[in-house]
Amino acid sequence: MSGKFRPKDEIVALFKDGQTIVHGGFANHGAPNALIDCVLESGARHLTLLGNDTGDPNETIGRLIHEGRVDKVIGSHIGMNAETVELVANGKIELTLIPQGSLAERIRCGGSGLGGVLTKTGLGTIAENGKQKIEVNGETWLLEPALRGDVAIVRARSADPYGNLTYRGTSRNFNPLVAKAAAITVVEADHLVELDELEPDRIVTPGVFVDMILAR
Amino acid sequence: MDIRHRMAKRAAAYFSAGDIVNLGIGVPSLCNNYAAPGVMFHTENGLIGVGPLAEGLMRVESFCNANGMRFVPVPGSAVFDSADSFGIVRSGRLAATVLGGLQVSKGGDLANWARPGKMVGMGGAMDLVNGARKVIVTMELTAKGQPKILNECAYPLTGKACVDHIVTEQCVIDVTGDGLVLREILEGLTPDDIRRQIEPELLVAEDLTTLAA
Repeated sequence: MSGKFRPKDEIVALFKDGQTIVHGGFANHGAPNALIDCVLESGARHLTLLGNDTGDPNETIGRLIHEGRVDKVIGSHIGMNAETVELVANGKIELTLIPQGSLAERIRCGGSGLGGVLTKTGLGTIAENGKQKIEVNGETWLLEPALRGDVAIVRARSADPYGNLTYRGTSRNFNPLVAKAAAITVVEADHLVELDELEPDRIVTPGVFVDMILAR
Repeated sequence: MDIRHRMAKRAAAYFSAGDIVNLGIGVPSLCNNYAAPGVMFHTENGLIGVGPLAEGLMRVESFCNANGMRFVPVPGSAVFDSADSFGIVRSGRLAATVLGGLQVSKGGDLANWARPGKMVGMGGAMDLVNGARKVIVTMELTAKGQPKILNECAYPLTGKACVDHIVTEQCVIDVTGDGLVLREILEGLTPDDIRRQIEPELLVAEDLTTLAA
């Protein structure tokens, strides 16, 4: 049962200064907490966080904000985290806001070999600033380009040695999308299972997208 | 019934059995108390079938709504990732969304996510107002004496020409091709009482309904 399971020190060594970390989780729920520990332990700084939100102050992904590891945030909402709001207001963190559905699609495109997606969301608002508008079949659409990270950190319910993953409830959220959208994808799972324990039809993220799984 | 619940109950009257509906925070979140049987609720973090808030032993670790509140999923619930969640939204599968509002314009533009200098994020609101078949805004008619229904919104927009119904503590106003139309008014008030509290011209429906105070 070794496969893609890796000891913590090997995973800690993946994180370097200046990386873009694309992360699963939504309002703390379904956040990869053990992998966030690994980022903290690595000492990596000047990170860009790409994900829905920055959690609560000093909770889940918000711990990286609290510890001063983050220079840029790309997400849909930071309102739960007063520390992020203050650091953005003081110019310590550069913030890019993207409508949540467009963010999900941009990350999905980044993991699917696509250049971007056309949407009507955000037309006529500041979300269209600096973006290309495209006419297709007589209608105007906003081009939302693909986004990717250097390292993806993912929280799954179960992982087998090949990296096949299942999720549970609403902790799924952005996790299956970010799992595809980085040069290296690392997973933590509530349950590490043997090959063949996960029925093929139940697998949400095929192991081909996964590089390493945090071992117990 | 207090004003917040009265507004939520009125907004929920727009839903019918079989509808899938997304509710925003605040007054909109109260609508599920008054929805017809057979209405199902969508939460943008990835589920259709939001049930009652979970308490005590009912707290299930893996079901949270978009505000981080734990709930019990109803029978027939389905989970999906954030991309599918907004595919449902943008493709018109939601019968309605109910949101709070900071400002609404006479043309149905909505501003509800930012004040100048305070932009913490639109979350899913821009997708919801773009995709839901009916956009219902619940808000008080004025804020600190200033009108919230304006000729043009001053705050950053959530969406252009997207609002269908405005449910306030004093009245219900529809956004139509002819302009704003007063549909329902609280007992004891006149259309001119409403006109004094909004900026645009206000038409009055021929079948204007009076709401019991």
